[in-house]
Formats: sequence, structure tokens, C-alpha cells
Amino acid sequence: MAGALLEVDGLTKRFGGFTALHRVSLSVRAGERFGLIGPNGSGKTTLINCVSGALAADSGRILFEGRDITTLAAHRRTRLGIVRSFQIPKPFTSMTVRENLGIPLEYAAHARSQAGDADAEAAEILRTIGLEAKAHLRPAELTQIEMRKLELARAMAARPTLLISDEAMAGLSSVEVDDILALLFRLNERGITIVMIEHIMRAVMRFSERVVVLDAGERIAEGTPAEIVRNPAVEKAYLGE
Amino acid sequence: MMARPAGALLVGLAVVGAGTVVAALRVNQYVYFAGYVVLQYVVIATAWNILGGYAGYVNFGTPAFFALGAYTAVFLIQSTRAPLPVLILAGGLVSALLGLGIGYLTLRLRGVFFSIATLALSIVLQTMIINWEYVGGSRGLSVIRPSGPPFGSYVTFLFTVMVLLSVVAVTVARFIERSWIGRGLAALRDNEEAAECMGVPTLRLKLFATTVSGFLLGVAGAPFPYYVTFVEPNSAFNLDYAVNALAMPMIGGTTSWVGPVIGAVLLGTAQQLATVTISSEMNLFIVGVVLVAFVVLAPEGILGLVRRLRGR
Repeated sequence: MAGALLEVDGLTKRFGGFTALHRVSLSVRAGERFGLIGPNGSGKTTLINCVSGALAADSGRILFEGRDITTLAAHRRTRLGIVRSFQIPKPFTSMTVRENLGIPLEYAAHARSQAGDADAEAAEILRTIGLEAKAHLRPAELTQIEMRKLELARAMAARPTLLISDEAMAGLSSVEVDDILALLFRLNERGITIVMIEHIMRAVMRFSERVVVLDAGERIAEGTPAEIVRNPAVEKAYLGE
Repeated sequence: MMARPAGALLVGLAVVGAGTVVAALRVNQYVYFAGYVVLQYVVIATAWNILGGYAGYVNFGTPAFFALGAYTAVFLIQSTRAPLPVLILAGGLVSALLGLGIGYLTLRLRGVFFSIATLALSIVLQTMIINWEYVGGSRGLSVIRPSGPPFGSYVTFLFTVMVLLSVVAVTVARFIERSWIGRGLAALRDNEEAAECMGVPTLRLKLFATTVSGFLLGVAGAPFPYYVTFVEPNSAFNLDYAVNALAMPMIGGTTSWVGPVIGAVLLGTAQQLATVTISSEMNLFIVGVVLVAFVVLAPEGILGLVRRLRGR
């Protein structure tokens, strides 16, 4: 498809004899809010790991802004603008919240453009995310939702064009889910394309413009949230026959 | 702490100056003899900490790097009678190559598995040296010091050289710690996967850390043949180096360049005193007791202790 920001083409990933992804293709348009759902073990996180570069795909291609990035190292993809957050927050524990943002600012954002005042940029991100009061705390002193916010803030500091949010809301209360969701909407309004992987259907259906469903490593459906809810194949994947 | 590089350079020059003055004082020769060992540990602990403290990869193979530096020197003395600066540079470079090699190990081995591999490396290298007759094999080799050191006795000369090497090692460590490299290493120590995903070229930084660490360990070992004048595998590959290289930064504090220096001076001096006053067998015992005490009571070392007291 022309004008796609991210294009995954026939991606296959095996772990020994187990096929985690089987010829999965999808394409994400620039500026889109894209949902990726599927039951446990359907291959969502494996797909994200292949896109972000943490895992090498066995076959297939990944294109970003028309460029083949299939064999590019993960840190190079981050510098191009593909940034992910982790399902289980992985903060830099020996650093303060502000210093956590310093790493992507120095290594990703400013690797692309020299201009910019890191302190001002970090302060701006912390304000947007609502962590400015915690800037000098260490991750161990944060609450669960603050950890999730730090995860998003750190991803933001890498100045993503494409933000992949891997279950940023799992385990949060419904008020907190709304809080994170509002944040992701705001980021999207600023022009950041967002791929959301989520188990909380209420959130992913409200957020996404388009949803792709994975089941057992294969793509079984694609459409608007309303179409997906009515799709019998999706119902079967989640509930059985 | 110094704010500007010029200040650090001044401090470094002052230390070298003070070392030269001490060497010129011609006090009891034993002071230089013992001082050399303490300073050698400043270099070793500082070098170890670049990989173990900054990057979080615990290297148990310190003896391999140290001995490789020493045996590179022995080989060059045997073959060309090269001057000391050449020995030091060559010892450093050969150990740096070994460092680069173990850097690639980090691709597959992390945590305790990396440490086990480095320990094995030390044993493999020792076996190779034992079977290499040219550098003395298992019997060892007597090395004759060049006649006429530039000043004083040869021991005071070596002492001054070690002062200089310590300043170089500490300066390098301090520079790494405060640069973008140090911040990247800290990120990968905290979480390697997250660091890579935040744009940190983790492999390149790890290779840099293992190579620089290896270089400085080799540099520490290169003057060793002239210091002991008799080199044999058991002393060059001594387990003491592995234990001390790890214990000294742990006791001082691993997150800053000051930590290994404090640890090496305290523990190194205590060991030298114990060797004279009690027995040379007490060395490792002291290290063991102190290390256990620190791991239990002050896991962040003396620096962590100071920080905690200041915070209150």
C-alpha cells in the first residue's frame, strides 16, 4: 500500500518447532491509531519484538517510511522513529525519572537532530505526561501507574514517529486506564502514529480507528472496531465454538 | 570533586609530582616495593570497574588479562629486550584484543554465565602459558632488569611508573563515567533491552568497555616481570587478582571512579601491612571478611555509605 508508515510483509517467526508468527502482513498509515489484539499467545508481542528489532524474523520484510529495516539493529530503528514501551515497565533503576528521559534524548532524539535543549524537552514531556513533580525520584519510589507513565514518557523522549504501546494499561484501575488513554489520544493529536496492543477491549475499541486480530500466529481479521466486534472468526478465537 | 577537566589534569599532575617527590626521598626501599603493589591495584580495580561497575558485567578473569600483559612483556624482553614503555603499550594492546574477544561473548552470555566464562578463560590461558617453554613454561623464567634506571633504584623507578599509570587509568575511568559513554553504560547495566530500545548501541558500548578494561589490566601487568624479576604462571595468574579486582570496587563503591581508588588504597595497604606484621596468608582472609561485611552492611560501598550519611 502506498503511503504506509509501517509495512509488515509476510513475516514468519519460529521458536524451534513452534511457529509464533505465520506469514503475517499488515500496514499502518501515518497518523493512524492502530489496534493489535488477539488471545494470549497469539503472537502480538512477538510481532512487536520483530518490528522493534528485539527479535530477528525468519522470513518476510518490514518497511518503515518505505525503507527496508528488516535487518537493522534495534537502536537504529529507535533512531529512525520506531519506539516501543514495554508490557512490564523496564525503567533504568539507578537513575531518576529525569535521567531516565536523558538516555533517549541523548541517544535517539539528538542523534537525529543536534538542535534542542534536553532539559527543556524533558521538562515539557514530564509536564505532558503529568510526572513533573516526580522528576527527581527514582523508579522504585513510583506507583504502578506512574511507572507506566514513565515508560510512555521515556518513549516520548526518543521523539517517535511511530509509538508502539505494549499493554500499557494492564492491571490498572478503570480511572487509570482512562488517564493513559487520554494521554495516548493527546500524543496522537500531535501527529504520532500509535500502535496499541491491549487486552482491555473497552480501551482498544475506543481508541483504535482500525484493528487487526491475531490468533495462533496468523492474522484472522482486520477492520474498524465495530466490524471486529461483529466478526464471527474473532468471536471464535476468543470464546471457542 | 573537580568541575573542569583542567582541574582534573592539575590534580593528576600533582599526584605524579608527589609520587616523584616520594621516589626522590629515598626512604626505606620496602615502602616503594609495597607502594607499587597498592598502586598496581588502583589500576586493576579501576580497570575492572569500567566493565564490572559501569556496565554491570562481572569479570572473574582479571588474572588472564593481567598475566597476558605480563607475559607479553616477558616475550618482548626475551625476543627484543624492548624498553619499558614499549612493554607497557604492547601488554595493554594484547590484553585489549582479549577484551574485545570477551566483548563478543556478551552477545550470548549475560550475568553469572558471563562471569563463569571469564573464569574459564583464565584457566585456559594459564594452561597455554604452562605449556609454552619460550616464556618459561611451568618452571618460570628469571628476568634481568635493564641496568641503570633513569633515576634512583629500579624499584623506585617502577614505583614512579605505576604512579603515572594509576593517574592515566583513573583519568580514563573518570572521563568515561562523565561522558555519554558512561551514561549509556549505566543504562545498559540497569536494563540492556530497554537501553537498546532507547537508541543506545549496546553492543558497541560493551565492546568499548571490555576493550578499555582489558587494555588497562594488561598495562597493570606489563611492568610485573621487572618488578618480581622471576615470572611463573602461578604468581602471574594468581586468584588474588580476581578476588581483589572485584572486592576493591565493591568496598569503595562501583558507580564512581573514586570507589575503586578508595577500595584499592584501603584494602591494598591493609594487605601489605598484614603481610609484614601477621603473615602473607592473611591477605585473602582479610579481603573475604571485609567483603562479606560490606555486602551485608553497605552494599553500595563506602561511597554509598557517605551518601547515606550526608542525606540525613
